[in-house]
Amino acid sequence: MIRALLLVASLALSGGALAVIETYEFEDESLRERFANLADELRCPKCQNQNIADSNAPIAEDLRKQLHAQLHEGRSDGEIVEYMVDRYGEFVLYRPRVNNVTLVLWGAPVILLALALLVLRSSMRGRAQAQEGTLSAEEQARLDALLADDEERA
Amino acid sequence: MHASEPRHRSGVALKRLKLFLPLGLFLVLGGFLLVGLRLDPQALPSALIDKPLPSFSLPALGQERVVDQGMVTGEVSLFNVWATWCVSCRIEHPFLTELALNGLPIYGINYKDEDAEALRWLDELGDPYRLSIVDAEGSLGLDLGVYGAPETYVVDAAGVIRYRHVGVVNELVWAQTLKPIIDELRREQRAGDRS
Repeated sequence: MIRALLLVASLALSGGALAVIETYEFEDESLRERFANLADELRCPKCQNQNIADSNAPIAEDLRKQLHAQLHEGRSDGEIVEYMVDRYGEFVLYRPRVNNVTLVLWGAPVILLALALLVLRSSMRGRAQAQEGTLSAEEQARLDALLADDEERA
Repeated sequence: MHASEPRHRSGVALKRLKLFLPLGLFLVLGGFLLVGLRLDPQALPSALIDKPLPSFSLPALGQERVVDQGMVTGEVSLFNVWATWCVSCRIEHPFLTELALNGLPIYGINYKDEDAEALRWLDELGDPYRLSIVDAEGSLGLDLGVYGAPETYVVDAAGVIRYRHVGVVNELVWAQTLKPIIDELRREQRAGDRS
């Protein structure tokens, strides 16, 4: 009985891990969708491994408020992202833009894949060479003769 | 058989060399990780470095007037983002007071705070600020890219942001980081005045 009471009490007292507390009203569904997308893509400057949709930090709350206000002012996604980058730097983008600094970041997977393919090709060629070519035609003929000889004796 | 021997030998050497590939990869990776260990992941360069102070028009704390970005410059100064709800601000407060007593102009940005609380805090702990800008909504904070108090900006004589320090300003931060920057900016300013 006590256990059951404790369970009920603990369930009642725990608020649950609600990420976003405030609710926003949207004029139409497309705005709501864009809000969700942008909040997902923008990184919280304070709690660095969360986007602003998930973060409880006051700064994330402020940025969500800004995002909501600017969407209703009719700003485009690009303008809003620009606004955030102007203030918080490229850091706020979970999907960094391609520029001189991030070129390595974007290029690395392609380069690594190319390297992997090269390694794969050279190792396959090595294996193919090991399988054939070990015997010359002359040696093969001798081997065949020997085998035939063997069979005759048996 | 004999003809193919030199090729065979170089093939062996190549194979031996390949054995060191994992070691090489390990060293490269280890080097990156070692550097990574020493980096502070919380250290974020401000997006506003070498840009002028954002424009604002906000009341001065405890005064009837409104201040803007133009009237608070003219010499190398610090802009310190503070609030009464910010625990670390209380820690850095005595050191800021000391800096102000030594003649460094410090302007406060009272970030998302209550005026009455802020005035009481300055009354109790002393006021190191030339003036405090009331940023109750955090709009100036947002334009500055503030993501938590305390933050301290070094602003040069022309009103351009030259450095941002996130966290408490103490003797160590002052001696190692802020003072060299400020000294350099003052030299620049003097050189500019002469020419």
